[in-house]
Amino acid sequence: RKAALDPRLAEYRGVWVFVERDEQGVHPVSWELLGAARALADQLGSEVGAVVAGGAEESLESHCRDAVAYGADRVYQTVHPVLAGYRNEPYAKLLCELVKKHKPEILLLGATSLGRDLASSVATTLETGLTADCTELAIDRESRALAATRPTFGGNLLCTILTLNYRPQMATVRPRVLPQPKKDHGRSGQIQKEEIDLSEEEMVTKLLEFLPHAGGDRLDLSLAEVIVAGGKGLQRAANFSLLEELARALGGEVGATRAAVQAGWVDVQRQIGQTGKTVRPKLYIAAGISGEIQHRVGMEGSDLIVAINTDPNAPIFEVAHYGIVGDALILLPLLTRMVRGQAVATKTSGLEVCSSS
Amino acid sequence: MRGPNIVVCVKQVPDSAQIRVHPVTGTIMRQGVPAVLNPYDLFALEEALQIKDRLGGRIVALCMGPPQAEAALRKALSLGVDDAVLVSDRAFAGSDTLATSFALASAIRQVGQEQPVDLVFTGKQTIDGDTGQVGPGVAKRLGMQLLSYVCRIPILDMDSQSIVVHRWTEKGVQVLKSKLPCLITVLEGTSEGRFASLPEMIRAARQPIRVWNRQAAGIEDLSKIGLKGSPTVVGKVFAPSRRAERAECIEWEQDQAEKAVSLLWEKIRARQPE
Ligand SMILES: Cc1cc2nc3c(=O)[nH]c(=O)nc-3n(C[C@H](O)[C@H](O)[C@H](O)COP(=O)(O)OP(=O)(O)OC[C@H]3O[C@@H](n4cnc5c(N)ncnc54)[C@H](O)[C@@H]3O)c2cc1C
Ligand SMILES: Cc1cc2nc3c(=O)[nH]c(=O)nc-3n(C[C@H](O)[C@H](O)[C@H](O)COP(=O)(O)OP(=O)(O)OC[C@H]3O[C@@H](n4cnc5c(N)ncnc54)[C@H](O)[C@@H]3O)c2cc1C
Repeated sequence: RKAALDPRLAEYRGVWVFVERDEQGVHPVSWELLGAARALADQLGSEVGAVVAGGAEESLESHCRDAVAYGADRVYQTVHPVLAGYRNEPYAKLLCELVKKHKPEILLLGATSLGRDLASSVATTLETGLTADCTELAIDRESRALAATRPTFGGNLLCTILTLNYRPQMATVRPRVLPQPKKDHGRSGQIQKEEIDLSEEEMVTKLLEFLPHAGGDRLDLSLAEVIVAGGKGLQRAANFSLLEELARALGGEVGATRAAVQAGWVDVQRQIGQTGKTVRPKLYIAAGISGEIQHRVGMEGSDLIVAINTDPNAPIFEVAHYGIVGDALILLPLLTRMVRGQAVATKTSGLEVCSSS
Repeated sequence: MRGPNIVVCVKQVPDSAQIRVHPVTGTIMRQGVPAVLNPYDLFALEEALQIKDRLGGRIVALCMGPPQAEAALRKALSLGVDDAVLVSDRAFAGSDTLATSFALASAIRQVGQEQPVDLVFTGKQTIDGDTGQVGPGVAKRLGMQLLSYVCRIPILDMDSQSIVVHRWTEKGVQVLKSKLPCLITVLEGTSEGRFASLPEMIRAARQPIRVWNRQAAGIEDLSKIGLKGSPTVVGKVFAPSRRAERAECIEWEQDQAEKAVSLLWEKIRARQPE
């Protein structure tokens, strides 16, 4: 398997990111990917490309500039009415054609409902390798190939997957697994317009309507800066209000384990872990959570992890930075009071606590 | 009007709830772990069965795997599927999702020789490989419309060969109108599954399962299947590195909870200045 790369494949250069966007804006995973793409391209001595597409020009301009600010050297911009709203057929066709024309070495997408749908279609059409749900991307020194690492068996093991004799090498990465890069408005990059030959008449699948999730705009756990999460240790559905109160005091959101979701204590939207969301808040408080691997894979990227558990040997203490062994039902309300007290204190001390943004 | 001819792809997987990691070596202990029908595929089966309840037609369950994978197909038969095909050949060993989608697509074409296929269902993902890539791959190979993460099928009209589905996305539901034939990947939790009835279980145990080798599945090009047809190569497998230090635990006496919490809060604030 160490055969030299086919010379036709050696033409492939550059690290690309498909920028996922909708009417409300760009999915943050695209910026996270641009951060990773930048590091990979620097190692390979190549360019970072970003693909930005949509139905109307106006909304795309700022996204193209942002792509440059997050690390792209070149943005491939395509505007066409059939690209308004995601559909597999036109987007897969566009991305395949751009790849055939410009030959990127690596192509990265978010592991979202859109990104997975699109990535699998493109990889199959181009007959190349696609590694799913990666948590780490690096360059293998020997082969110059993308070394894409992903969890297997529910995070108990990791495996590194290479695509050796096919190009581009493709991978999807879950939101919030990679850090968000700093936005640098001083960077310069080229915005290049790309045409696509498509017509609505050719499209078999029509988008009739979009029905937003009820309350879906309110909750995006993966973007919360503070998460107070609870598990079976909270004993009863009613005790989840203790988490809600602390979350409210901290300006954060409530998260949960699968066990708590399955007990019917909390909505599945709030599940964190392998089969739920991946989160990366500044502060993660885990109350009554054992810390099984399937839960940990969804939260161990958090900046600061605090665990409250009655069992000093609970595995959650292996990932937490601070721990307190005790009954969450007693400790949570105390903590809430403490947080509220501090909020009052800062207000009455007359200090400016909110920065104007 | 004839009822739809449906293929449901099902995979046999190790029951991950029973997989344990060796406490010392950190390797997976697979011995004795029972194999089950991929739980996500039950939702795909149920969706197909509900269509058959309404419109009639026929359902073929299709699985690629070793001879033992027959058990997954028997389970599908017991739930009410009409026919089962196991695609099994040593030449498939080591297939990644690209090679798997090639083999499954070829087998579906063979099923289509008997009677044109209107709908293909797959699960959202498996619990072992867990990529969610096979369904979209099969759709592209067959040139079928791909409708992924479907949570509802409000309209299926065989006369006009049209279908309306609700496709789940993170922000809401897309209502999509498409044409048959198409491939649908079914979201979990779309409907309550059904239980096998006793007569169905007896039928399932007796019914022959068709086993197709590579040739029977219509595959001539060996370079498209198995290790050869798989662009991805597994490099190394390793245990995640654990953080060296454990949490700094706050020591506290009974009745001193308030003090302990205040100490904790101070530490949080020291790390999170705001
Ligand atoms: C394929 C698969 C996928 C999975 N995906 C996920 C996933 O996405 N997310 C997820 O979370 N799980 C997932 N799981 C389940 C996971 O393995 C664990 O079972 C689950 O995370 C445990 O939830 P828990 O910590 O709430 O409950 P438990 O494991 O029951 O832990 C409860 C904890 O609370 C403590 N406790 C009890 N009383 C108190 C008290 N009064 N105060 C403080 N502490 C107390 C106990 O000491 C214990 O540590 C998955 C499992 C499988 C097999
Ligand atoms: C730990 C691990 C990691 C892997 N990572 C990758 C990777 O990143 N990229 C890659 O290309 N391959 C990968 N593979 C290989 C991949 O798992 C196999 O190709 C497998 O045959 C199908 O992929 P899946 O299990 O991910 O299925 P998914 O794509 O998750 O399955 C979706 C649906 O397709 C149908 N389906 C899938 N397989 C079959 C089958 N054999 N028979 C019938 N129906 C089926 C089912 O309806 C299923 O619900 C990995 C394998 C393992 C064990």
